[in-house]
Amino acid sequence: MAQTIPVVIGVVVISFLLTRALPGDPAVYFAGDAADAASIQQVREALGLDKSMPQQFLIYVGDLLRGDLGQSLSSGQPVLTDLTYRLPASLELTLVALGLSCLIAIPLGVLAATRPGTWVDHLCRVLVTAGVSLPTFFTGVVLIYFFYYLTGWAPAPLGRLDFIYIEPDRVTGFYLIDSLLAGDIETFLGALKQLILPSITLALFTMAPIARMTRSAMISALSSDYIRTVRAAGLSRTTILRTYAFRNALLPVITTLGMVFSFSLGANVLVERVFAWPGIGSYAVDALVASDYAAVQGFVLAMALLFVFVNLLIDLLYSVVDPRIGFADNE
Amino acid sequence: MVDLLTIKNLAVDFQTRNGTVNAVRDVSVCVKRSQKIGIVGESGSGKSVSAFAIMRLLDSGGKVTAGEVSYNGIDLRRCSEKEMRDIRGRDISMVFQNPRAALNPIRTVGKQLVDVLHQHSLASRQNARHKAIEALAAVKINDPKSCFSRYPFELSGGMCQRVVIALALACNPRLLIADEPTTGLDITTQRSVMELIDELITARQMSAIFITHDLALAAQYCDHIIVMKDGEIVESGEPESLFGSPQHAYTKKLVSATPRPGVELRDLLPPTLSGEPLAKMSVVVPSNKPLLEVKELSKEFNTKGSAFVAVNKLSFTIHENESVGLVGESGCGKSTTSSMLMRLLDSTSGQVIFNGSDLFNTGLREFSKDKRRASLQMIFQDAGESLNPRHNAATLIREPLSHLTNLSRKEIKTRILELADLVGLPHSLLSRFPHQLSGGQMARVGIARAIAVNPRLLILDEPTAALDVSIQAVVLNLLADLRHQLQISYLFVSHDLRVIDLMCDRVLVMRGGEIVEQGGVNQILNDPQHPYTKELLAAAPAPPVKNDSVEKFRQEESDLLALNTVGF
Repeated sequence: MAQTIPVVIGVVVISFLLTRALPGDPAVYFAGDAADAASIQQVREALGLDKSMPQQFLIYVGDLLRGDLGQSLSSGQPVLTDLTYRLPASLELTLVALGLSCLIAIPLGVLAATRPGTWVDHLCRVLVTAGVSLPTFFTGVVLIYFFYYLTGWAPAPLGRLDFIYIEPDRVTGFYLIDSLLAGDIETFLGALKQLILPSITLALFTMAPIARMTRSAMISALSSDYIRTVRAAGLSRTTILRTYAFRNALLPVITTLGMVFSFSLGANVLVERVFAWPGIGSYAVDALVASDYAAVQGFVLAMALLFVFVNLLIDLLYSVVDPRIGFADNE
Repeated sequence: MVDLLTIKNLAVDFQTRNGTVNAVRDVSVCVKRSQKIGIVGESGSGKSVSAFAIMRLLDSGGKVTAGEVSYNGIDLRRCSEKEMRDIRGRDISMVFQNPRAALNPIRTVGKQLVDVLHQHSLASRQNARHKAIEALAAVKINDPKSCFSRYPFELSGGMCQRVVIALALACNPRLLIADEPTTGLDITTQRSVMELIDELITARQMSAIFITHDLALAAQYCDHIIVMKDGEIVESGEPESLFGSPQHAYTKKLVSATPRPGVELRDLLPPTLSGEPLAKMSVVVPSNKPLLEVKELSKEFNTKGSAFVAVNKLSFTIHENESVGLVGESGCGKSTTSSMLMRLLDSTSGQVIFNGSDLFNTGLREFSKDKRRASLQMIFQDAGESLNPRHNAATLIREPLSHLTNLSRKEIKTRILELADLVGLPHSLLSRFPHQLSGGQMARVGIARAIAVNPRLLILDEPTAALDVSIQAVVLNLLADLRHQLQISYLFVSHDLRVIDLMCDRVLVMRGGEIVEQGGVNQILNDPQHPYTKELLAAAPAPPVKNDSVEKFRQEESDLLALNTVGF
């Protein structure tokens, strides 16, 4: 926990400096094409960009402490509002995709490890290679072509919810959870339908590292001495695989999961674009193009905090699975 | 006695990249009820593979190609996997080498025991815990209740091995196969673990197969010994007759290479092909001039607020040309001491005078450039691990020469060849990488590196612990010859008192960071004063004494009895 504070401070400083280092002058951008030097100057002063860097930084930190992330110039709304609307959208997509990918990749990896050289092993290898080599926007477009354009099984790839449904009351920001809380099964199913294609697209991409890690972790666990001991003691294959090999193999898989989650949150920009998903990735790209300082800073900060949180969660999970880690903490 | 397990003409092949390897050929063994059989052999002799073949636990690639294995009338080669599972653990069970790795690191000891009891339907949900604690109590674990909920990493190596034994014996099997059960354990732990196994199998009237590289250990605990070499049985018999009059050349070599009381280093070596006697070992007389004086040397490690004293006020002297043995169990501070003397680790307090000058007047980092660096060298325990795998033998030997001497390129080249001759490494092997060398050859490279820069004092950290006994004999002889030739002093760190006996003039016995006893090697080994030294001596396995005639035996009987009481 103590390590997170310097990380957060570092992120605040770096996100501030990086956005200032970006090329492009936001004052020129927002003053519009017809603006003259005087009006650009006016915009600059209004944005506080005429002040010195340390001054700007102090103002930024002061605002942050008050919970004010600033105003987004492109959307015209407070950055905090934008983020609270868009972050759950991205998180919902990423978490569903990761869940899906774990459901397929982990059993596949386990099967591939226990039956090396068979068709399951080859299938695992093909899927892993295909998953990483096909870019998400490509798989996304192919899926849309087949399941929306040709067969019509999937709804139109236009955001989180078809316009015939009403957005559920906002509690968590996750449509699946909010609609259930409201007891609105129809909206739940509607939101789920919208989620299927983008989450499959993302899952195909994230499956590869998880399946590969599960396979190799299982193989190394299965060849260890303690497996030999319980085989010699006559334990059944199921017990050996489940209780002895799989739990030990979980440790590296958890680490991989944390890494995959972190990069897929950033990498799903392309998926968001293809499926018109109002997520945080496309928001950040738009803000970056517009030199929208406040929005970019808000995005970087939100992501950093999320990563810190995810790492914490992974560490906690780790200490649940591996007693040796809890021991080190107690000392 | 009825046969419990019969193995007839067993053959095991392994498919490797370099083709098929016949790991075991034509092995026939018969284990009777309540019989304890020892299978002895050096690494690669196929002794473990035979055991795994019985249990049908061979790694993928290994396959039984011929022979019969029958247990109590059941054909183990042909019964179904399900039947085999019921036999494993319930009828035949195994104890392994490296107990810590043999237990699931993230499952409590108790749960692992319960898993086994459940598998063989010997415990219900209600009494599983109780039965597991009983099994732990049977292997004499103190406080079995608290041990039940512990993880393997919280237990010592000896305790882990007791747990592995508890796992193996939980279901009252009829036959126990112990594969190097005490290799890597301290000598006193080895003794207590072996005594425990012996006691339990005797009490339960079980049969046992002990697989070991230690002939003396097998002789002490087994009724019948089988000697294996390169996948074949070369000889078998009672321990006394095997030791007394070995028939096969390999057994003779193995017996004579085992260090034991009353023999000299040269006796360990097999006779030369021409039958000529080997060159006599020259007697090195240590001078009275001190080379290394250690005064009140201490080392404390501070881990998160609590200080741990690894070495406590150690004082001793090593004279010129003297070989001093340092004996103790793991954790007694012998490695810390040798690291401090090597100037690889700073001391907390104390003084070390080396050749008249204070060793600690140069900082740890600067010492690598100090001219005394060359006079203090070390030979490490695992020759293979301590050599850079990407350098060939010549480069490895060149390293200290180019760092610590001012020799020209040409001189270095000559010196490398000279050193190779000195340690008996054929010149053709100099271009090989460590993984292409055998254990003995790697040890030679390590020795050549250490003596390359003409050290005055050589610290040898268990130099032969990882070697097979016949290679150990050769390396020990080489080290003794080098000491005479090069006039070096040795600090010989070892847990094996029999080796110390052959190699050293004086012994220091260490325990808990302190020297509990020191003195001449004969005095310590024959008349130990401190109870700990006595314990160490008693723990060493005693090989049956090799005698050519009964008369000679009777004549020496009284001396031997005296020796036997202290463990030899």
